[in-house]
Amino acid sequence: MNERRNGLKEKITNNQIWQSMFRHGYEKTGRRYTLQVLQNVWLHLHPPRVTRHAINFRFTWCMGGITFLMFLVTAVTGVLLMFYYRPTAEYAFRDIQYLEFDIPFGMLLRNMHRWAAHGMVIAVMLHMFRVFLTGSYKKPREFNWGVGVILLLVTFFLSFTGYLLPWDQLAFWAVTVGTNMARATPVLGHEGPFAPQDIVTQANDVRFALLGGTIVGPSTLLRFYILHCVAVPLLASVLMALHFWRVRKDGGISGPL
Amino acid sequence: MDPFLELVTKPDNVPIVAIVILLPFFTWLAFSQGRRNDLAGTPAEAGLNDKVYCWPYLCRNEFLCAIIIMLVLGIWSITIDAPLEEPSDPTKTPNPSKAPWYFLALQEMLVYFDPWIAGVVLPGLIIAGLIAIPYIDINPKGKGYYTLKERPFALITFCFGFFVLWIVLMVVGTFLRGPGWNFFAPWKEWDPHKVVPLTNVNLSYLFGIRNEQPAGIFGMCVVVGYFALGPIYYFLKRGTSKFLQELGLVRYIVVSFLFLTMMALPIKMILRWTLNIKYIWVSPWFNI
Ligand code: HEM
Repeated sequence: MNERRNGLKEKITNNQIWQSMFRHGYEKTGRRYTLQVLQNVWLHLHPPRVTRHAINFRFTWCMGGITFLMFLVTAVTGVLLMFYYRPTAEYAFRDIQYLEFDIPFGMLLRNMHRWAAHGMVIAVMLHMFRVFLTGSYKKPREFNWGVGVILLLVTFFLSFTGYLLPWDQLAFWAVTVGTNMARATPVLGHEGPFAPQDIVTQANDVRFALLGGTIVGPSTLLRFYILHCVAVPLLASVLMALHFWRVRKDGGISGPL
Repeated sequence: MDPFLELVTKPDNVPIVAIVILLPFFTWLAFSQGRRNDLAGTPAEAGLNDKVYCWPYLCRNEFLCAIIIMLVLGIWSITIDAPLEEPSDPTKTPNPSKAPWYFLALQEMLVYFDPWIAGVVLPGLIIAGLIAIPYIDINPKGKGYYTLKERPFALITFCFGFFVLWIVLMVVGTFLRGPGWNFFAPWKEWDPHKVVPLTNVNLSYLFGIRNEQPAGIFGMCVVVGYFALGPIYYFLKRGTSKFLQELGLVRYIVVSFLFLTMMALPIKMILRWTLNIKYIWVSPWFNI
């Protein structure tokens, strides 16, 4: 049995095609374990070695990783959804209905995207809670905590911009309520304190900039679509790259020593 | 179905239910480790300080975690469908209209503060305050391990803000607010015609001040006085308190300002419930 398995392994790995992709061998040595991480673009976010407590589920709860996983799921399902969705007031709602009823696995696709997005919000809050409870924001990780706070904000904003896209009553009014607060921004919102009268109006304040109109309308849909599918994911990716890189540069996962 | 049960099991409210279950679990997990570390004297994490290879040990855990989470997500997605209501209609306002669940703490604050505070200033200060945490917390202990007794002030403040002012308000906003944003107990039916007498008065009125200008000055004194509590305490205590000397004036002012701002919310809530206070400070430009 063992011999046959080894023979099969030999067949799969000992040829030019395989070895052109994976350069490390399969011996059980530290050198190979190191190469396995260093020579793989996906794994090389990791250092070759970490302290033992850092891989303990009870320490990190794996929550940062889960947040990232949820982000990846939304990215993949989101791209698939984009094939079926047009961000205009005429089509948006009908495209979602079409997706649900006529596209094979369309409903499942939409569900996965939505629940992964909610899951990301839950996970990011728990991640922050864990980082706080282990005091991991303390020197030298102050800056990365700050990057994290911005990521928290970006996560909320990703979720919020996506909420509008089904263009149903739930979406429309949730976004109306959510963006109504912007009109009360001091100085920059037309109902806010210290807003210069006749200069800051309903048609040029921050809420207008966000909505592309005085109420949630077709241009809001387009704006939120572009923010949701292009601008904010890009920003999130850049910040996550920075975040992960800093985790390593700050000395890996925090520990007592 | 019972209307409250229906509300709790609404697809979009599942995440809140999940949080209400997950948060106590993780709090227990963290606090029990903290207690154990405190009792042992040295944190358990210090004993696990040797290095292990990421491949296979860390990657194995990550893949395992990913598989479990994908299973959960898969089951969640197969069993519960994302909601889709009627097509949007700007002329038909649902009552109540609610923001997405993660913003409901902010929407709930609107009961107690005007939109410019609840919707703009407080969120801004939450963000700024969170970013400031590492720079104002000068306690070198409790870095990289769970503990309870080595950083009581930090833990109590953060947990109070997170549990009470974020999670509880979110739950109240989602489950206990009905038409007109009125409060409904879980066993009560949502009655769109519920009449709530508007008997709220301003603080100055309670003190017998009836004219606009003195009322404004009175309100300003109360608010400024409240925020002055921080610096006053500092100048009284700085001679004797080693902690204050180490903290320094700038950090202290930031800490006390953020802390007092945070506590202003529960204070205003209690004033509203007990004395029906509407505003503390009424001015021609803004009300607080
Ligand atoms: C999109 C959101 C985020 C992602 C994908 C993410 C991802 C991660 C990952 C994978 C780690 C490695 C350790 C772990 O899993 O716990 C980590 C560590 C860390 N994160 Fe995040 N994070 C996010 C948001 C945040 C937020 C909101 C904060 C805090 C405000 C934060 C602060 C930190 C800090 C300080 C560390 C270092 C922890 C240590 O050394 O123990 N991150 N993050």
